[in-house]
Amino acid sequence: MRQIVILGNGVAGITAARHLRKRCDDEILVISGESDHFFSRTALMYIYMGHMAYENTKPYEDHFWKENRIRLLRTWIQAIDTAQRQLLDADGRQIPYDVLILATGSKPNKFGWPGQDLDGVQGLYSLQDLENMERYTRGIERGVVVGGGLIGIEMSEMMHSRDIPVSFLVREKSWMERVFPAEESEMINQEIRDNGIDLRLGTELDRIEGDEHGRAKAAVTKDGSTIPCQFLGLTVGVSPNIEFVRSSGVECDRGILVDDSLETSVPGVYAIGDCAQIRDPLPGRRPVEPLWYTGRMMGETVARVLTGEDLSYDPGTWFNSAKFFDLEWQVYGKVPSQPDEGEGTLVWKDPGGKKLIRLNYLDEGERPVIGYQVMGIRYRHDVCQEWLDARKPLRYVLENLGVVNFDPEFYRQHEADLVEVYNRQFPGESLKLKRKRGLRNLFRLRRSERAA
Amino acid sequence: MSEHHGFSPLLFVRRAGLGVFLVGFGLFVLVPLLSDFRLTDDILSEMAANNEIYQHHQEIVIGELQALKDKTYPHQFAFLTDVKRELTESNERLDSGSQIWEYDFGQYQYRLVRAASLGPVSSNPTLWFFLTVGLSMLGGLLYALPRIWLEPGGIKNNGVFQSSVKSRGWLGIGVGVFLIGFYIALYFYPAVIADWIRLGDPISELMRGTLSDQWFFYGMLYTAAVLTMGVRMAVNYRHSRYQLVRTASVSFFQLGFAFLIPALMVLINKPELGYDLKNSWPLDYSAFFDYRIDGYEKHGVFGMVMLFWTIALSTLVVPALAFFFGKRWYCSWVCGCGGLAETLGDPYRHLSDKSRTAWRVERYVIHGVLVFAVVMTGIVVWDLFTESAVSVAGFQAWQVRSWYGFAIGSIFAGVVGTGFYPLMGNRVWCRFGCPLAAILGLVQKFKSRFRITTNGGQCISCGNCSTYCEQGIDVRWYAQRGQNIIRSSCVGCGICSQVCPRGVLRLENGPTEDRYNEVSLVQIGKGRIDIA
Repeated sequence: MRQIVILGNGVAGITAARHLRKRCDDEILVISGESDHFFSRTALMYIYMGHMAYENTKPYEDHFWKENRIRLLRTWIQAIDTAQRQLLDADGRQIPYDVLILATGSKPNKFGWPGQDLDGVQGLYSLQDLENMERYTRGIERGVVVGGGLIGIEMSEMMHSRDIPVSFLVREKSWMERVFPAEESEMINQEIRDNGIDLRLGTELDRIEGDEHGRAKAAVTKDGSTIPCQFLGLTVGVSPNIEFVRSSGVECDRGILVDDSLETSVPGVYAIGDCAQIRDPLPGRRPVEPLWYTGRMMGETVARVLTGEDLSYDPGTWFNSAKFFDLEWQVYGKVPSQPDEGEGTLVWKDPGGKKLIRLNYLDEGERPVIGYQVMGIRYRHDVCQEWLDARKPLRYVLENLGVVNFDPEFYRQHEADLVEVYNRQFPGESLKLKRKRGLRNLFRLRRSERAA
Repeated sequence: MSEHHGFSPLLFVRRAGLGVFLVGFGLFVLVPLLSDFRLTDDILSEMAANNEIYQHHQEIVIGELQALKDKTYPHQFAFLTDVKRELTESNERLDSGSQIWEYDFGQYQYRLVRAASLGPVSSNPTLWFFLTVGLSMLGGLLYALPRIWLEPGGIKNNGVFQSSVKSRGWLGIGVGVFLIGFYIALYFYPAVIADWIRLGDPISELMRGTLSDQWFFYGMLYTAAVLTMGVRMAVNYRHSRYQLVRTASVSFFQLGFAFLIPALMVLINKPELGYDLKNSWPLDYSAFFDYRIDGYEKHGVFGMVMLFWTIALSTLVVPALAFFFGKRWYCSWVCGCGGLAETLGDPYRHLSDKSRTAWRVERYVIHGVLVFAVVMTGIVVWDLFTESAVSVAGFQAWQVRSWYGFAIGSIFAGVVGTGFYPLMGNRVWCRFGCPLAAILGLVQKFKSRFRITTNGGQCISCGNCSTYCEQGIDVRWYAQRGQNIIRSSCVGCGICSQVCPRGVLRLENGPTEDRYNEVSLVQIGKGRIDIA
């Protein structure tokens, strides 16, 4: 029986542990310094906002681990001795392993700004970060958030939920303009402003000023304006959390380098999740992808590899989602900020500015659809993926688009609006939406054919 | 709220609304303490004339009550002590055949307190109705409505877990204690709250030409709570057409079916048929009791149609619609208990226990109540048909029936079911106790087109769905595995879908074949690998 040690109890490490337990009888030990139990990192914001308590963010009840013979150990690991196959923790304890899975996650970036280590200046990644944010935002008059990413918008929303005025400094001219097409990016700008956030686009942080107690008191921007504030959220991306791995002889670059079965340069040592860097990423994928979904898929993959399956990591069709204040976003397939050469895009945006549907396609032959993006509307993952895999032509997709809609019942459906855009964009076409959800289907008993 | 500086009229209205509500609610709490009580000859002779003290008791009871005459009592408790003593003494003098039964004993007390009350409410019930119920409703509306203009629509559960009233702080416990006390008084000591019941007089007289009684008063408050908190619910979920339609539906069924139609029946001289037409056996556990059957018989064809409807509702309509739409069509669109839970109870939905232990307890208790309801009704109906005073294991039908009424009808559904909103969430009764929910749940679990579909691999395990599930279902457990959620207890309120930040959940009716998706597919690798 092997002793499998998993370092990190985030979604990657825990998914690996769960799938290992389903498939083998080995000893499984999960080590974390951050928390006793697995909690959902994506839910940290909701604890601060009072939507949930910490207990509610734990996806499994505490009895789950013992019942499934997954041992948990709370300690900070300081070094890996790959020669002796053991870990050393902060108390000098030695923890032997036969197989080691590194799932140590990320840490927030800091780019050497003067004042970045003052009290009240921080990122948001860990439970400890949340505790600090709770302490340093209590009773403050203004908070500043720096950096145009998902965590930045979350930190703005968090403080806003407690009626703390927020200035949100974003270097780009429009929010996440390198990821989102102009229409989507503009919608998000608007959503941020509609919620009363002082969004400052095209604005860079120069330095942070502190008071005599070492506490932040103002942000100074490169254009010379000073914003008095008592808290600064730095959300300029994350990097793999691998300091102690670098010194252990495991080969690292930005992250821990792994092959397509997620094994590192040291046999028997694997890396998954945010901390892993794929040596030869598949086309269209980045070597480091700090995402919930990729962490989960890597965790499952490594469990299968370790239980004898011949498998290489392939996250498949790209998908993602998020919520910016009240604006939901989902994407399936390829929807870049600008269509690449030979690709086209079809977009409908509602006049109120809170809903959008976009289809991207290859501008050749039957125009196969390569990407679906929605804002303020929900689409079905399985159907989008099926149609992407089958390279369904644009006309087919448009005629059947109602089937993809995943919004709650009674919501207005806008697929016909997109068909109209198509008919305008391609003169001579007069497509009609053939399938939509609705009363007609209410009493249907047999399963419909979904993808012809 | 985006207004941080200066004076905001909308915030002012909101604060004023809270103040108005607190004044109205405070006066309501004071009402039973405001009156003096004084029994006079006039009152006693009027009660006798109206048969409020039954003919065969009048001589002795009124004789005994002479001792209390023309004394002024400062509150009903002192008055009641004396009334009880005199009634007990009456019973000692009455023949064993004509004694005052327990039920009438309570009713006499209530009628005497009501008649002897001298105070602001009895002299001007209309004014006091507006000062209490009216101001509370107005304050609630003023508090809820400005949110439409203060912030964009969306899920705003900000501060729920820091709120004393919503998360079992002192205020929450206080509200719970008040509600529990209210139900105990309503069911078992109506005499104590006779002045509250009088608040229903103006509307009762208007609607049905009679004075209010405890059940009319309760129905009136219930409807006021559903409508006012329904507006709050609609404001909170104004971005969701599903929630707007559903809230309109529960409000409509409460106002029309539970409140107006029964009153109309009294108005057209069919008080015996003044029942809530949407209330289905076995939730309506008295549907086949002798007095109900007598009522149906008394009103000929009209009564027979209603008896037929009562039977058809429980045996055909309810299960058939549950097959097509799940139990939600009843539990969170039509039912009165559900209506209150989805409006007044909405602020407490997150307090339901999500543990596996709670789920185990739930399955035993709710199915236990169902068995109890079926056995009780069986005995009662058998007794009715055979007229043989059947006894089962030495117990007679009327005994089994009164135990059920006490333990399930009053304590479980009322005192615990609603009284525990701020302590255990808004669906304690629906989840653990309701026998109709148990039947609907069996249909939903084994033969229904309803499910909550999980959207592929989009779940991030955040836990909002589980947290805000009023039925204590650990929705996330299924969602993060890519599995559809099919649970007998799900009432289809749809809030899990609303609070999900990633668009993962959708309530759907569809073909039954692929309802239980054993594995959902998240593609990793060339082949598809199931997440489980």
